[in-house]
Amino acid sequence: MEDIILRVRNISKHYPGVRALDNVSFEVRRGEVHAICGENGAGKSTLIKILTGAIQPTSGSIEFNGKTYEKLTPRQAMELGISVIYQEFSLVPYLTIAENIFYGREIKKGIIRDLKGMEEKAKALCQDMGIELDVNKRVCDLGVAYQQIVEILKAVSRNTEFIIMDEPTAPLTIKETEVFFRIIEKLKKENVTIIFISHRLEEVFELCDRATVFCDGKYIVTKDVKDLNRRQLISYMVGRELSDDYPVPHRELGETVMEVRNLTNKNVKDVSFEIKRGEILGFGGLVGAGRTELARALYGADPIQKGKITFHGQAYHPKTPRTGLNAGIGLIPEDRKAQGVVLSRPIRENIVYSILKRITRLSFINKKKEQQYVDKYIKEMNIKTPSPEQLVQNLSGGNQQKVVLAKAMATDCDILIFDEPTRGIDVGAKQEIYGLMCRLVEEGKSIIMISSEMSELLGMSDRIIVMSNGHIAGELSKDEYSQARVLEMASS
Amino acid sequence: MKNNKKAVMVLLNYGIIVAFLVMIIIFAIASPNFLTTNTMFTILRQVAITGIISIGMTLVLLTGGIDLSVGSIAGVTAVTAAICLKNYNLPIPVTCIIGLVLAVIYGGISGICVTKLNMPPFIATLGVQTSLRGLAYIVTGGLPVYGFTKAFSSFAQGSVLGIPNQVILAVVLFIIFIIALSRTTLGRYLYGVGGNEEASRLSGINVTAIKIMAYSVSGFLAGVAGLVLLSRTASGQPSAGDGYEMDAITAAVIGGVSLSGGEGRLPMVIIGVLLMGTLSTGMIMCGINDYVQQLVKGIVLIVAVAYSQFSQKIRNRMAASS
Repeated sequence: MEDIILRVRNISKHYPGVRALDNVSFEVRRGEVHAICGENGAGKSTLIKILTGAIQPTSGSIEFNGKTYEKLTPRQAMELGISVIYQEFSLVPYLTIAENIFYGREIKKGIIRDLKGMEEKAKALCQDMGIELDVNKRVCDLGVAYQQIVEILKAVSRNTEFIIMDEPTAPLTIKETEVFFRIIEKLKKENVTIIFISHRLEEVFELCDRATVFCDGKYIVTKDVKDLNRRQLISYMVGRELSDDYPVPHRELGETVMEVRNLTNKNVKDVSFEIKRGEILGFGGLVGAGRTELARALYGADPIQKGKITFHGQAYHPKTPRTGLNAGIGLIPEDRKAQGVVLSRPIRENIVYSILKRITRLSFINKKKEQQYVDKYIKEMNIKTPSPEQLVQNLSGGNQQKVVLAKAMATDCDILIFDEPTRGIDVGAKQEIYGLMCRLVEEGKSIIMISSEMSELLGMSDRIIVMSNGHIAGELSKDEYSQARVLEMASS
Repeated sequence: MKNNKKAVMVLLNYGIIVAFLVMIIIFAIASPNFLTTNTMFTILRQVAITGIISIGMTLVLLTGGIDLSVGSIAGVTAVTAAICLKNYNLPIPVTCIIGLVLAVIYGGISGICVTKLNMPPFIATLGVQTSLRGLAYIVTGGLPVYGFTKAFSSFAQGSVLGIPNQVILAVVLFIIFIIALSRTTLGRYLYGVGGNEEASRLSGINVTAIKIMAYSVSGFLAGVAGLVLLSRTASGQPSAGDGYEMDAITAAVIGGVSLSGGEGRLPMVIIGVLLMGTLSTGMIMCGINDYVQQLVKGIVLIVAVAYSQFSQKIRNRMAASS
């Protein structure tokens, strides 16, 4: 019989209005490198959070080393020997590499930390893994890539038999990726089980034994990697052929309304593009490719270092979000709870938040005018609520997103930037948002849409610009684009 | 179940009123003279000053900040005014204007430190607090300033229809700011910035300006409180107003103002102010000495904050389960 270290049985995780994981079951064999693949929002991170005890599943069970658990707490997960390497670092910048590796379980002589001992052990570990590192360097003096490697060493040093790696190579360049591959090979020999999550499909093929694919929170398939090819894998990840259920707006594209030339700041490098009246311009790419940062720079939320923007034929220099709004640019930010709404205030106040000046006299708010706006947009956006006085925190994700949209609509902008407009909301609300986007372009407005959901990006955009590492990796017109091409450009 | 939930909510929101009434009953039993109009006016006169300060404190707390400098601003405004009157013989209106303009500037300095220099509000206003207290001692040479025109003292001694002037002033200020918070853009922005600063910024709101304004208004009101204090005592003490910030913070927290910003209502802060005033007057009438009083006040602050965190947790849990 196969030696199964982890069995996930019928795990579901429901949030209000969303099924992040829907009745998922699969097995991981001892000593294998098991890839988990899926688009953004497929449920990968939810699964990791459940395995590490960060969140509890709505239903289902986890069997680890033969014992069944209804749910795990972070402490239990640690005691079971499940360690995780996240994309975000958990290192202490001003401690040395050796100190970081043994952080929280320092080697001691009596009550005093044995620095020498830790140093030697860390050195041995590095040699073992074939890495050249001065373990006395402080972590803050290392580049991001080597910080990631220290993170991995830290996990390895615990002699765990089960490691989850969430996008471990994202910050690595080719050279460090090789180092990373060596570490994985080494761990494989020691019969360590690894769950590996990466957007770089080549790595899946190079490193992994088996791959499990998720799509929209559902389990799709588990296959031996040697029986898979890239095309098959992508088609599993996307799950369906592109459906035609995206609404098609009826309008002609108009003149160019905005022209961006060589826009550069901390996260965006030399970006140029233009957008026409009535156009939906899609931005594709991996998370962290600089799309959100580009949107924020256009809106005035982040400073611009270089570059020229022409908007309606005039030079446009965004300095604050207020400049963006006044010029006629609206932003629907990617993280609605952190950036979009004030959760502790009612729907009414959120809707008119950006346009208070229009409905006030001598800074007193005209309640009647306010109510007109609020009623109009609750109806237009179809926000489902018993009353406009309902606090936004009590709404479902989809309705919260509609409040964010209502706030942006109320400003009556010419260009609207939708950053992940349908992330984490249910299908019904998604369709309504697509419908709204169509109405907007039919009215002659232009839309910049950033989306990591491939089918949405392909279904809604007139044109797609793919970004990678802050640069524009390429541009695809409607008759050119396909999932494979977008994915390929994005991971270039 | 639903009714249960409602009951819990009502208790969380208005439990403080119950606590207030219980306290009055206890003092009434312990001291026969407690339930008299005389005591009531003593309490009101006393809380008028901390009440005015607690309005400004509430505005700052709503933005997610805190203002520890208010006691020192009250003190330094009092001695400044005393010196203007005594040494320079300036007319009363001019004196008041000078004192208040300076008070606004002191508050503004805190605001700029918090926003432009990105300092934690606690540290910024602690720095302002200490420097201003030092300033009060420097300009007075450490000695009280008294012997200025009696006309200035007449304000605090006067009354309208039997109600002391300073109480009327506090009530008027409360009404103005209750209206401002509920009906004007100022209120919207304060609650919004405290509730979600980044969303507010992205909504085109000038978060920096709102915060600086909150600290400036807090400074202004602390200045007003300093002038009232000077009028009442007829003597500019460099130590005046010491510890007012604690009373104001406690009153605001008791009134349900969240220390993490964005939540709280001024009418409930009035209850908090009254509760604090009743507590200290009640303790005096029961013959509890100064040191014990201070101990009790500290404990009340800790309990109030603990209670507010606890009720927030319950509320979140109930919101999540519904």
